Amino acid sequence: MAATEQTIKQVNTLGNSDYKYGFSTDVDEIRPPKGLNEEIIKFISAQKDEPEWMLEWRLNAFKVFNKLPKPQWAKLNIPEIDYQDCYYYSIPKSLKDKPKSLDEIDPEILKTYEKLGIPLKEQKMLSGIAVDAVFDSVSVATTYKKQLSDLGIVFCSISEAVKTHPELVKKYLGSVIPVSDHSFAALNSAVFTDGSFIYIPEGVKCPVELSTYFRINAMNTGQFERTLIIADKDSYVSYLEGCTAPMRDENQLHAANVELVALDNAEIKYSTVQNWYPGDKEGKGGIYNFVTKRGACRGKNSKISWTQVETGSAITWKYPSCILQGDNSKGEFYSVAITNNMQQADTGTKMIHIGKNTSSKIISKGISAGKANNTYRGLVNILSKAKNARNFTQCDSLLIGNQCGAHTVPYIESSNSDSMVEHEATTSKINEDQLFYCQQRGLNSEDAVGLIVNGFCKEVLQHLPMEFAVEAQKLVAISLEGSVG
Amino acid sequence: MLEIKNLHVSIEEKKIIKGLDLSINKGEVHALMGPNGSGKSTLSYVLSGKDKYEINDGTIDYNGKNLLELDVDERANEGLFLAFQYPMEIPGVQTSFFLKTAINSKRKYLGQSEMDALEFAKLMKSKAEELNISTEMLKRDLNVNYSGGEKKKQEILQMSMLSPKMAILDETDSGLDIDALRIVSEGVNKLRNSDNSFLVITHYQRLLNYIKPDFVHIIADGKIVKSGDYSLALELEEKGYEEISQTA
Repeated sequence: MAATEQTIKQVNTLGNSDYKYGFSTDVDEIRPPKGLNEEIIKFISAQKDEPEWMLEWRLNAFKVFNKLPKPQWAKLNIPEIDYQDCYYYSIPKSLKDKPKSLDEIDPEILKTYEKLGIPLKEQKMLSGIAVDAVFDSVSVATTYKKQLSDLGIVFCSISEAVKTHPELVKKYLGSVIPVSDHSFAALNSAVFTDGSFIYIPEGVKCPVELSTYFRINAMNTGQFERTLIIADKDSYVSYLEGCTAPMRDENQLHAANVELVALDNAEIKYSTVQNWYPGDKEGKGGIYNFVTKRGACRGKNSKISWTQVETGSAITWKYPSCILQGDNSKGEFYSVAITNNMQQADTGTKMIHIGKNTSSKIISKGISAGKANNTYRGLVNILSKAKNARNFTQCDSLLIGNQCGAHTVPYIESSNSDSMVEHEATTSKINEDQLFYCQQRGLNSEDAVGLIVNGFCKEVLQHLPMEFAVEAQKLVAISLEGSVG
Repeated sequence: MLEIKNLHVSIEEKKIIKGLDLSINKGEVHALMGPNGSGKSTLSYVLSGKDKYEINDGTIDYNGKNLLELDVDERANEGLFLAFQYPMEIPGVQTSFFLKTAINSKRKYLGQSEMDALEFAKLMKSKAEELNISTEMLKRDLNVNYSGGEKKKQEILQMSMLSPKMAILDETDSGLDIDALRIVSEGVNKLRNSDNSFLVITHYQRLLNYIKPDFVHIIADGKIVKSGDYSLALELEEKGYEEISQTA
């Protein structure tokens, strides 16, 4: 990550010339020590030139973090994390430490880039090679920025928003995921480095998927990403997060917080494709991805829809959730989680029904191969005031080989008698006769697995924006390579 | 085209094929008939390369290549096609998409570029019409909720789109009503030419009324016990397997 940061800064600077990172020239000089304490938090805040209230918010979060118990993991095998042994501020590597050319990059990663059809320049950037070329996407980004600001849409980094839109940040930051929610939420609140901020004004339908430039932008997330999206009354936005390319990344622990707020009649569609380094076949290395994502359908008739394709990371632990507060509000969760080799995933959603006539839909597809473990864990909670609430849940698991595991753990709590909750679950093994059939039609074994698994995931993938869906399909196939035969 | 010599095959220690010889030349249609358990379907799986089968002895030459050394997909892309007795369902995969993937896999293997979308659509439409397959069906998931007859037509559609050199039809007539049988047979007959060959595996002489073979072989207990022309099929219909096998 760190190695790419400088490039991204350059790109951002080109796109928005008055955006100044105060330290970009002396980057090699700044070396805060390892460890987590108030001094480090003050250091981060000072580096970002934050107002006093932001620093206080961070320090308060740190106090909360110290009081909260560390999470006890279900179903996941996680080594204990030494918080004092981490750097909390990414320092871009100096130029001489960066790889000089693609020859120095792991050929496996390059193979994946090739299969995904990622252009060479971008490959270099993703690999952390210093690139001084101007990317095509910069001009695209600039065009978008103009178009968006004409509509009153704010789309910038959260650090920038703290300065330019403090009233919105103060009002909404931490309002969906309270600082005290759990240990990682508090940690993120104390030390978050950057992330996206979006505000869609009343009555505005955002005309573009907020992402497209953004294979590059999405990488500027850092270890403790913080994203806040607010859709005001009668507005609509579709946001794509993530990157289909595997990223070179020095950070092992990622603890992001993502908060969404939808007011009356507003709709937010949030799509993620996550393909971080999963570790090698023996389970060495790889990212621990502990993300808290939560959306509040605060207004009447509001809607939040999460779509995720999770294929990377050594351990994924996330439950994008919806708090269905407004009457008639809707929450949706579409998920594909693929684990291969030694990967572990524990993912699902929480749908909290508070308002009347609220409805939620959960479609989860888990695929396990190798020695991987894949768990769906979900909560549907219907509170007593949520008259006439509805939920439909479908969890399907597909196993490849006989050393992997799939687990489904649905929690359903209903406190009123007018509501209706449906749960369907299936588990199946990939069928050798299906594979043989496809191969007899000329597909090689990897293409055959890809085809069958993509068929299995179709209900979810079709909710992704078109261009993303094509890449996601390729990714599904790639992440299962070597799982058969 | 295909030259099988002294083939011995077993599955889990059980011998199924015990010294089978069969030679098929370009442009010929051979019918292989035999009772249940005689090794007919095993032969079709061995030719197409399904694992689990152990080749204990013998050779199979396919257009100058050692067929047994090729992977399943290589055999397919070299023009060997098996119309399955029980075609597989693949949920979530649209039939037309599957057809396109199969065609492009072959083209890739042959070093050709992908078929252009318009060209593909035209080809699929004309071939589907010949087999009386509706465009609505091509939008459905492959073989999912298809009737038995629809599945078999689908196999023949795939065959006609891939235009194989060597096609093996494994009991394609089973589960077909008389109208579907006629349509499927016409589809096969249209494909016949002097460059390709067919091996038609069946229990019944009925199919051979529609697809006239040049040669008929009778298989019993893992060997070909009698070979002849079309009249052998008629004789078999009259006398039954047991008598024919005994007189062989």
